[in-house]
Amino acid sequence: MKDNGKEQGTCVVIGASHAGVNVAFALRKEGWEGEIVLYDADPRLPYHRPPLSKTYLYSDYSIEKSSLKSADSYDQAGIRLQLGMRITEIDPKGRTVRLEDGTIQSYDRLVMATGARPLLPAIPGMDRARQVFTLRNANDGEQIRAALSHPPQQQVVIIGGGYIGLEIAASLRQLGAKVVVLERESRVLARVTAPETAQYFQTLHTDRGVAIHTGKHVNAIQKSAERNTVICSDGSQFPADIIIVGVGIRVNLELARAAGLQTDDGIVVDPGTRTSDPHIYAIGDCSYHYNPHYDRYLRLECVQNAVDQAKVAAAAICGKEAIYDAIPWFWSDQYDVKLQIAGLSEGYDEAIVRREADDPAKLSVWYFKDEQLLAVDAINNARAYVLGTKWIKAGKVLDRHRLEDPGVNLKELR
Amino acid sequence: MATITFITANGETIIAEGDSGSVMELAKAYQVEGIDGDCGGVCSCATCHVHVDPDFFDKTGGPSEIEQDMLELDDEVDEYSRLSCQIEVREELDGLILRVD
Repeated sequence: MKDNGKEQGTCVVIGASHAGVNVAFALRKEGWEGEIVLYDADPRLPYHRPPLSKTYLYSDYSIEKSSLKSADSYDQAGIRLQLGMRITEIDPKGRTVRLEDGTIQSYDRLVMATGARPLLPAIPGMDRARQVFTLRNANDGEQIRAALSHPPQQQVVIIGGGYIGLEIAASLRQLGAKVVVLERESRVLARVTAPETAQYFQTLHTDRGVAIHTGKHVNAIQKSAERNTVICSDGSQFPADIIIVGVGIRVNLELARAAGLQTDDGIVVDPGTRTSDPHIYAIGDCSYHYNPHYDRYLRLECVQNAVDQAKVAAAAICGKEAIYDAIPWFWSDQYDVKLQIAGLSEGYDEAIVRREADDPAKLSVWYFKDEQLLAVDAINNARAYVLGTKWIKAGKVLDRHRLEDPGVNLKELR
Repeated sequence: MATITFITANGETIIAEGDSGSVMELAKAYQVEGIDGDCGGVCSCATCHVHVDPDFFDKTGGPSEIEQDMLELDDEVDEYSRLSCQIEVREELDGLILRVD
């Protein structure tokens, strides 16, 4: 390393998924010449996670094919990738991290991209039930694939009708499994979309043969000789060869808390992704950050946030002025339907539903609070997604009557 | 096997060889600057934009409707723009030249 590299010292990154891998490479782009060490407990070459609930489950798609970066890239960028290694402790005073095997690694800058893990609700009997899975990493996906491989036509019960649950339902239906989705709320996607978007997906899944039951609170799981029975509070029972739980996540905050960092719903960071310790940054799913556009603190679970915060963190670590002010975006692919979301709809007071004259499968739901366009759910409608993104950024005031009129081309609203 | 040439914004020329997968995946394997592919290749992020050499546009073909709409997220779009995750690497693309912003 060059002399100024020694001056910059070592940047340690904990977590090698979208956020951690991107920050490591972005650091090089921003001119960090010191050492970069990237740790993850997962032994696999870092990979894209979104396909795990989609193409990975229903096709012969391989994890290797969906690496975030080629193995060579890390060597060439001088990034020391340490896989299969878990960090157990951070010493912010000594500026070191301790590994599971007791090794101590010092740092000058530390980036926490520790992510989250699936939430497992305390359901009586679940610990003894057979074939219960969550889905977060490649290993989880492999286990679900193996469980499904034989015999076919198994009965699957998915607990949770959010994005992950519905994406898994779509994938497993495409494999021919019998799928039941149990959702606690009165509709699917209850926390994240308006009723119209939820209804679209409920109909889509029902048409494809998924049995969606809403208002179902799972009370217990009983194991018999052959299978499980999922029992709900209203007395209804659902047999299950395989149970998949998708009811949300728990942020990996233990390391941050033990290190005395300020935490809330995530690790609290400033607009440059710095934590309460000036040498430590936090990015991706684990970061609790301020969004200037929506004027509130929030935590996001998405690729966009991981990638964009990685860029900001890298610039900030290299001493540049950097502020995170992105408009969040998301996508979900289910069967042949693509949902794209721009912005955050939380707090909306009106949702305008637009159908397109040329195709009844295209739908867009536009969320407003007073005059402000907050977000758009675009279903098979990339044009609505793209224009929505631009209009949210620009703070454009839209004529809602024209917006919901299929006779008016969206482009004419520009 | 197809040989595909990427010309990056800073003038670097990268010659890549592949026989399957998408052009975006090939570009990632060869670390082509400017091709991010953040969504993993499902036409959701528009971070794998390329300009096809006009002589080859007949072979790659034009974008699909969703791809055309997604391209509009990019300010540098022109009539030969494609999202490289939507182009399959195949024999007949041998010699293809792509420019990356």
